[in-house]
Amino acid sequence: MSKEWPLWEIFIRGQHGLSHRHVGSLHAPDAEMAIKNARDVYTRRNEGVSIWVVEANNISASSPSDKGPLYEPSESKIYRHPTFFDIPDEIGHM
Amino acid sequence: MATSDKDMLVQFLLRMGDNSLILGHRVSEWCGHAPVLEEDIALANTALDLIGQTQFWLGYAAEVMDGDKTADDVAFLRDVWNFRNILLVELPNGDFGQTLMRQFLFDAYQSILLPRLSKSSDPRVAEIAEKASKECAYHVERSADTVVGLGDGTEESHARMQAALDRLWPYVGEMFASDDIDAAMAAAGIAPDPASLRSEYDALVGKVMAEATLTIPQSDFAHKGGRSGKTHTEHLGHLLTQMQWLQRAYPGASW
Repeated sequence: MSKEWPLWEIFIRGQHGLSHRHVGSLHAPDAEMAIKNARDVYTRRNEGVSIWVVEANNISASSPSDKGPLYEPSESKIYRHPTFFDIPDEIGHM
Repeated sequence: MATSDKDMLVQFLLRMGDNSLILGHRVSEWCGHAPVLEEDIALANTALDLIGQTQFWLGYAAEVMDGDKTADDVAFLRDVWNFRNILLVELPNGDFGQTLMRQFLFDAYQSILLPRLSKSSDPRVAEIAEKASKECAYHVERSADTVVGLGDGTEESHARMQAALDRLWPYVGEMFASDDIDAAMAAAGIAPDPASLRSEYDALVGKVMAEATLTIPQSDFAHKGGRSGKTHTEHLGHLLTQMQWLQRAYPGASW
């Protein structure tokens, strides 16, 4: 067993109605303590109403070296942005 | 309120305020020194909560006293013999385990006392206790978890936690040693008789220590003298030289 506590990624919901946002990471022996530590490290200034913690090694991430194949193809597809519709005047501001 | 009733209330408020002031100061000594960042900031938060509670308790004490004293006067312009905190909270921090054991033994007491005080016949006491008991509910959960984690941890951490419990247990009894001030508070419906909280305390502490695989010492010998102000340990004076240094060196300094 490693003597180091695992790393946890911390997500905090700032207010009701907003989604949880990643705010940073910390170390803790288990999920329960990770929530307590997150409370102490990341909500001291009234930042949150809810905390999620995920052990960092449970997060799968895309590879930075795949940046080209993954993201570049969409750069040339501006028609995917819904900016080509004429909005009738009577609709007003959307 | 008759003078003697007023004096009794002041003594009660000093006991509450001095406990949180002295423990708050002790815990703040860890700032920048705790074993990991997460615990460092958690301890600093606890210390700040305790100092915040102190402002209310000592602020109210200052109001009840005659004159125009403030919470700061009461905290920084008294000497050892006028402090009314229990001896447990003035003991040096020891290692991290001992600090957390002391914290739990105190938090457990507060977690039983404060909800009762929030129903006090004195609305100010009730109001302060109501606010403090929310903070305390978190403190006791956190310190209990840590005591269990370290007690039921490695051989090394277990041995340290057992040593901490053996060292601190003789300071637990003072919390429940009722005197005439407690009797007056109970009669006025301001605060419960501390002795009446003992069985609930023993149940809570017993449960946590069992989970932590720690053995509570058999002896119920208790060091006393802090609450009554009769005898503090030699440690309180040293603590005050740091805590009160600025006001002693530069009387009346403010910013």
